Amino acid sequence: MMDKKQQKEKMIELMSNFISLVSYKLPDDVESKLRELSEEESNQLAKTIYKTMFENQKIAYKLKRPSCQDTGVLQFFVKCGEDFPLIGQLESILRESTYKATKETPLRHNSVETFDEFNTGKNIGSGTPSIFWEVVEGSDKAEIYTYMAGGGCTLPGVATVLMPSEGYEGVVKFVLDRMTSYGINACPPLLVGVGIGTSVETAALNSKLALMRPVGSRNENENAAKLEKLLEDGINAIGLGPQGLKGSKSVMGVNVVNSARHPSTIGVAVNTGCWSHRRGKITFDRNLNYEIHTHKGVKL
Amino acid sequence: MNKKILTTPITDEDLKNIRIGDIIYLNGTLVTCRDVAHRRVVEGGIPLPIDLKGKAIFHAGPIVRETEDKKYEIVSIGPTTSMRMEKFEKQFIEKTGVKLIIGKGGMGKRTEEGCKTYKALHLVFPAGNAVYAATKVERIKDVYWTDLGMPESLWVCEVNEFGPLIVSIDAEGNNLFEQNKAEFNRKKEEQYEYISKQVGFIK
Repeated sequence: MMDKKQQKEKMIELMSNFISLVSYKLPDDVESKLRELSEEESNQLAKTIYKTMFENQKIAYKLKRPSCQDTGVLQFFVKCGEDFPLIGQLESILRESTYKATKETPLRHNSVETFDEFNTGKNIGSGTPSIFWEVVEGSDKAEIYTYMAGGGCTLPGVATVLMPSEGYEGVVKFVLDRMTSYGINACPPLLVGVGIGTSVETAALNSKLALMRPVGSRNENENAAKLEKLLEDGINAIGLGPQGLKGSKSVMGVNVVNSARHPSTIGVAVNTGCWSHRRGKITFDRNLNYEIHTHKGVKL
Repeated sequence: MNKKILTTPITDEDLKNIRIGDIIYLNGTLVTCRDVAHRRVVEGGIPLPIDLKGKAIFHAGPIVRETEDKKYEIVSIGPTTSMRMEKFEKQFIEKTGVKLIIGKGGMGKRTEEGCKTYKALHLVFPAGNAVYAATKVERIKDVYWTDLGMPESLWVCEVNEFGPLIVSIDAEGNNLFEQNKAEFNRKKEEQYEYISKQVGFIK
């Protein structure tokens, strides 16, 4: 039986390896969607770009090197059971795993302390990596999404609060406008996350949670699912193509995550994931046995 | 189709018949140069420690590994959003004589003017393909301004058939992204009209 210190070290080791894996191998849902989009593509320039992409992913996996140089500021979305033994240590575990993976993979140093304006050189800093919590009653498991949010696809992020009179029509306009301004440069084909809520921060968090949902999944609410489909087809019809250089399609999908709103407001936010959508999901049980959901057949 | 390869030092003449949408490859010297380096040159009036005349810059922040013999090796290198350098690029071209600006996504009016006036190109390397790009870098010759940290240092690279590079602004000032954008925006308006009629969920 491991003591707490040994358990902590083991989890840091596993999480560090998992972070490395996410840096050089795309999740299964993203890989298969890109394959599908490239097969449907008819534009010659776009085909050349897809070819480069698949070649890159192949070499990155072989050499175990980050497939994109911008390995982002690490973000973790945690659903932690109240009885998970390392619940109190989890923040420091994720922080230390990030530092370890940064040295060993290596990942790029992406933490610049604001106002003092210096790069910590460690990829961790004040509030980075960012960790978002949900505590689950009656569970002893920890479900962790890790996400490498690069600068390019972080840049289109935007949130606002609409008046109810602007309605979901206003939401559509808000999302579409962002696609043709900032979306072009965010490395399409994109995964678009739309968050609906009551205020900027609830909508913004929802929009990022939307990017954790698998490509091709649908919102359980019928109207929200309808909006996802309409936006997906609509943005595809714009034909941004890979790299925004024109093509048959624009996106891998549109995911909407929603929560209730104040009667007087509609909070809406957009977040984009680039084609190199490096997200991974791993679940630990109380003995630190793990299951990787996003990368089938991979061992750490 | 023949591979169109440009070799540094690049002359005005070399760029004459190249048009937006063309794909080219680069041999020679490519220097990473991004946000703060542009700001230093243009706003700070600080001269670059390397002569860029006829050479190429890359809007990129690589991952670099120090090897055992105190040399550097590129692990991953890929372009970053070029538009962030829009504010500075025209003056940067004027001050340095750089011929190729490689990055990601389009650039704006001022860079168009810079490319036209001083004869230069803006090109896109398909972003996110950083290991593929790293395999086209033969060696790192030098590094300057390391006080800016790994992503922002000036890494002087020797490259071989670096590409594919898609011409986004040519030396006549034509701008591929701006042309595409007009089409994208027109289609977007059509889609808005169509979708907005079907989302009247508040009744």
